Amino acid sequence: MKISFPRMGYSYIAFKWLVENIGHECIVPPEPSERTLDLGVRYSPEFACIPYKILTGTYLEVADMGAEVVLTSGGIGPCRAGYYWIMHQQMLDELGIDLKIIAFEPPLNNISDFWQKLKLVWKSGGLSYREFIRVMKVAWEKLKAIDDLEQLSFKVRPYEIHRGETSRTLWKGLDFLDEANSIPEIKEARSEGLKLLNSMPQDKTRDPLKVGIIGEIYVVLEPSANHYIQIMLGEAGVEVDRSMYLSGYCGRREMHRPNEEIFAMARPYLNEAPIGGHGTNSIGETVLYAKNGFDGVIQLAPFACIPEIVAKSIIPRVSREQDIPVLTFFIDEQTGKAGVQTRIEAFVDLLEKRRERKRKEQGRLRAC
Amino acid sequence: MAKIGIPRTLAYFLYFPFCKEFFDSLGHEVVLSTPTSKAILDRGVKETVTDACIPIKLYHGHVADLIGKVDYIFAPRLVSFRKFGDFDTETLCPKFLGLPDMLRASIDDLSPIIDTRLHLRPGKKQLYLAGQEIGSILGDNPVQVKRAVTRARRVQKKFEKLLYEGMTPTEAMDVLYGDQPGPVNRVDDEAEFRIAVVGYPYIIYDPYVNVGLLKLLQREDARVYTQDMLSARKMAQAGRELPKQMFWYFSNRAVHGAVYFMKQDYIDGVIHVTAFACGPDAMVDRMMEFQAKKYGMPFMSIMVDEHTGEGGVKTRIEAFLDMLRYRRERDEN
Repeated sequence: MKISFPRMGYSYIAFKWLVENIGHECIVPPEPSERTLDLGVRYSPEFACIPYKILTGTYLEVADMGAEVVLTSGGIGPCRAGYYWIMHQQMLDELGIDLKIIAFEPPLNNISDFWQKLKLVWKSGGLSYREFIRVMKVAWEKLKAIDDLEQLSFKVRPYEIHRGETSRTLWKGLDFLDEANSIPEIKEARSEGLKLLNSMPQDKTRDPLKVGIIGEIYVVLEPSANHYIQIMLGEAGVEVDRSMYLSGYCGRREMHRPNEEIFAMARPYLNEAPIGGHGTNSIGETVLYAKNGFDGVIQLAPFACIPEIVAKSIIPRVSREQDIPVLTFFIDEQTGKAGVQTRIEAFVDLLEKRRERKRKEQGRLRAC
Repeated sequence: MAKIGIPRTLAYFLYFPFCKEFFDSLGHEVVLSTPTSKAILDRGVKETVTDACIPIKLYHGHVADLIGKVDYIFAPRLVSFRKFGDFDTETLCPKFLGLPDMLRASIDDLSPIIDTRLHLRPGKKQLYLAGQEIGSILGDNPVQVKRAVTRARRVQKKFEKLLYEGMTPTEAMDVLYGDQPGPVNRVDDEAEFRIAVVGYPYIIYDPYVNVGLLKLLQREDARVYTQDMLSARKMAQAGRELPKQMFWYFSNRAVHGAVYFMKQDYIDGVIHVTAFACGPDAMVDRMMEFQAKKYGMPFMSIMVDEHTGEGGVKTRIEAFLDMLRYRRERDEN
């Protein structure tokens, strides 16, 4: 079968490997572009959120490239994302496009459905059970290594001397990972990538601001959906801490605090969890960032995202009481890069002034 | 003995009789906010974030209207009403889940609010527990509270029976609270059209928000049906047509109602009334469109927002009815 999947950050490298090694042909989804969004907007409901529209566009593009099956995730609500695949399948059927969407619902809620879909994908590839498990393990290792590299890149970027070098080095590391085929190889590629990033020429005298990124998972994880905001921030001399990574979302401990802890932080402001998507997390993580001495927080959310609107309504109160500035971006198809850049610059200026004032108040203004 | 304020929006249209009976039988006084008006909407728009949908803005407006007039504002956290859905995880829209906190964050000098969590999925015992929680806030006797919940459920059943007879909630409340002498005579088979209007109760029954849509239809000689006139059994039956249930209570009701009416021969057309920037409705509306195509039922969706004018809606209704007339003539020839 020719299999494709939605693109979410750099994770496609791991998924590509997985699909190919199960024994299928992989159609790598192209990076969401203007064309993707145009297609998506044309065939999506007006008030669907931007991830829905991007996925619509992606599915139409991969169908064009010959994909027969798309693997994606389902969901149990109350976020709309769990209903995407039903709507997408109906849209594709109506357009007469022969593309089948296989959506994995959370296995804990319906194990037989999950198992049947998994079997469908696995058996048609012709692997034995043992091999299949091995392939899954390798892909998981790959996914973790990708996130490790990306995380380090955020730490290194504000210190880079040659603008854009971090991104180039990150790609080099990702290419190593792309070629790795077993767990030892991945480990080697990972440490090689980390070494490359660490050994880049850096100006350690800089004193970058620290900004946390919160919000809805898709627009946080997919750089093209948020106009490469994390890279933009890094190049403006800001150290970015992202509240989520795909491997953390899938249960990797060191990448993600347990939800209970985050919900407990959010409780004084939002006494209900979960409210779908990452609504409660956004509140809890803002509190955590404030407590950990961050200079500011940026919330990324798709326009009309239900849980994030709840979060946005409450965040001004969190911001006031925890004394941390928060900038919210509601992203839709009309959002332009220049607009994002202007707002980022203003926000960074504000944070710098604020930090300066605070240090002066504390009587330890650095001599510079 | 306290004054309890209830906002005249959201759950009001379907669950007011329950709340009123509950508080009345405990000896409290129920105060409703004034019906939706421009002042209320403007106040709501002022208090909420720009990205919020109209129903949330309205709710803020109604709550603000009650400040100073009452001791407590009854704004429960509506989490779930029943066990339903493919994974039994049906809840209300996420915005409802966070609503009391949104109120606290956006409205200054808010009166004390009763934000008891209503999570009825596990069973009807939860309703009694929630009742006790409210009772303890108001300082009521637990035995009386229990009796009050039972009485309230009885009244709610009576109210729902009136709805199933084909009354809108407004008409049924008139009957319940004695403004009307007896059940309204709804046998009007002479009506030219039978139109099903589906959507959220707080949109289709609030004449200010939908600029009198139901009245407009009646004036055009159309008999109006809504999803709330259908029993739970009929709804669930229609719901089986969907590939996957929606995750939200009111959305499920709207879609199931729409599918039910689309399968009926006596219905001439279905109108979906949706609110600007409503998240779930992006999915609901498209799903109805797919179903309407499947059953060959004329379908129109009207989106309302704070600027909707009567003229625009009227034109669209007239065009829709003209289309139905044309269709009927064509079929007869």
